[in-house]
Amino acid sequence: MIRIDVTRKLAHFKLDATFEADSAGITALFGRSGAGKTSIVNMLAGLLRPDSGCIEIDGRVLFDHKAGINLPPHKRRLGYVFQESRLFPHYTVRGNLTYGMNRRDEAARKIDFDTVVDVLGIGHLLERRPRALSGGEKQRVALGRALLTSPELLLMDEPLASLDAPRKQEVLPLIEALRDRFNVPIVYVTHSMDEIVRLADTLVLIDEGKVAAVGPIEELTSRLDLRPLTGRYEAGSVIAARIAGHDSEYALSLLEFAGGTFRVPRIDLPVGARLRVRIRARDVSLAVKRPEGFSDLNVIPGTVEQIGGSVEDASAPDLDLRLDIGSPLWVRISRRAFHDLGLAEGSSVFAVIKGTSIDRLSLSRLKTGDEQSDLTNQQGTPT
Amino acid sequence: MIDLSPAEIEALGLSLRIAFWATLCSLPPGIAVAWLLARRDFPGKAMFDALVHLPLVVPPVVVGYVLLVVLGRTGPVGRWLFETFGLTLGFSWRGAAVAAAVMAFPLMVRAIRLSLEAVDQRLEDAARTLGAGPVSVFLTVTLPLTAPGLVAGAILGFARSLGEFGATITFVSNIPGETRTLPIALYTFTQTPDGEMAALRLVLISAAVAFAALAASEIIARRVRQRIGAAS
Repeated sequence: MIRIDVTRKLAHFKLDATFEADSAGITALFGRSGAGKTSIVNMLAGLLRPDSGCIEIDGRVLFDHKAGINLPPHKRRLGYVFQESRLFPHYTVRGNLTYGMNRRDEAARKIDFDTVVDVLGIGHLLERRPRALSGGEKQRVALGRALLTSPELLLMDEPLASLDAPRKQEVLPLIEALRDRFNVPIVYVTHSMDEIVRLADTLVLIDEGKVAAVGPIEELTSRLDLRPLTGRYEAGSVIAARIAGHDSEYALSLLEFAGGTFRVPRIDLPVGARLRVRIRARDVSLAVKRPEGFSDLNVIPGTVEQIGGSVEDASAPDLDLRLDIGSPLWVRISRRAFHDLGLAEGSSVFAVIKGTSIDRLSLSRLKTGDEQSDLTNQQGTPT
Repeated sequence: MIDLSPAEIEALGLSLRIAFWATLCSLPPGIAVAWLLARRDFPGKAMFDALVHLPLVVPPVVVGYVLLVVLGRTGPVGRWLFETFGLTLGFSWRGAAVAAAVMAFPLMVRAIRLSLEAVDQRLEDAARTLGAGPVSVFLTVTLPLTAPGLVAGAILGFARSLGEFGATITFVSNIPGETRTLPIALYTFTQTPDGEMAALRLVLISAAVAFAALAASEIIARRVRQRIGAAS
């Protein structure tokens, strides 16, 4: 369990963050730039001293203002992957990887050098200097360097933010692999919803230095009051699903979720694999009658559960509606269409989703152990 | 190559020895002072900074005189050194090394300080999260990344020591074989009738030594930059 209750005066606002999260899987700190995410992680690492409060990880007190405890960074046993890899230029890749490892007692080294090098695919780089590496390679080495300290918690501060899209795709699966392979809990700072959907188990929403909400990602993204934070322009729903089968004749896969089945372009995962899909609100259309002679494959019945925004606001062309299709699903339609279709809360509708619009990047494999909790999470009616 | 006379060899050897010891002994305090100025805030920092740089701006004769008063056999520190260690600085080559070190110190501190300020402190933070304590961070990250500045500071100090004249002649006088360094020997010749030719030879020797020192510094600095992986 990670417990944080800290305050600190920063340049533009006062940080006052309190939250608890399981120290298992990936906990994502999400918020706008400058919301205070990095400050929180720096306080965890001991690089920034809170003005007051306490920080505790699995019962170990790292900081307690009242008791006068403030462990220095080198005694906290946390790994830290920075946005800019921060490799030591005067060491080789091997020297960087072993820098922290050699500072750990041999008995406490749970993570094997060769395995890490293998998983990260950096064996051919070991004798090189950091300046001879690409951005993606640098970040892979930085991941390995932090991991090899056998940390009790791994902190990652926007580790993909300085990479271009192809490099992101190179490094992102490795972070998943680290989570699954080495079983190190991770606190992950990002302002990218794609990364959250793909990686996070628990979401901590940070706004103006305060914790706005903590919970499973499916739940927080479906909450209307959090929409300003979870992203209006990228608005979408996150739904946990399972591969129910493949349709080899048409190269499709069937994704079973709490309210039915989606057909999507074939995904190369075995039947039974758990994953999470993100569906953007603008990729969903509504019909009041079941449409026929229509090219979209996914037509799913549901009811209008909540209306986000004012139906009479003449300056807003669009409205976001939350449907209940067994899971919460956000739909963006024009205000005009809302009136023409005569919709209201409780109306029965059909959600029409184009299979190819289901965000492939966001298809994230979930750990098998999470099956039960994920299903129950998104069946509950969020308020 | 010109043949050097025994007196010239003596003066050159003495100059090199004095400059070597002056540089070597002022390097550790130079690093410490540069670190204090680059990284720490403390009351009286501006005064301290000014004090360190004082030898750059006061007449060298003043520095030499102060050294004579403080470190001479009858001075407070000089007497203590003599009574405790049997060490005499006044009118000895060791005193000349002290004078050279004091005069070169500000230049050395400046070079090291600039280099320290250029070290990316985020790398030090990274080292701390990897389990390195303060001393370890300094020795494995800060100091190696300051290496170009250390080399530059050392060479600058060495070259300045070779050229030191005013403070030296005031503090330790002009004793052949003991304190008559290249510049002092050169000065002596200019004061002697028909000494022009000998003086010119010493000018050439001094210029050659200084040039060699600067060339060496450039080569070493380039190697060091490559070693620490900085884009050169």
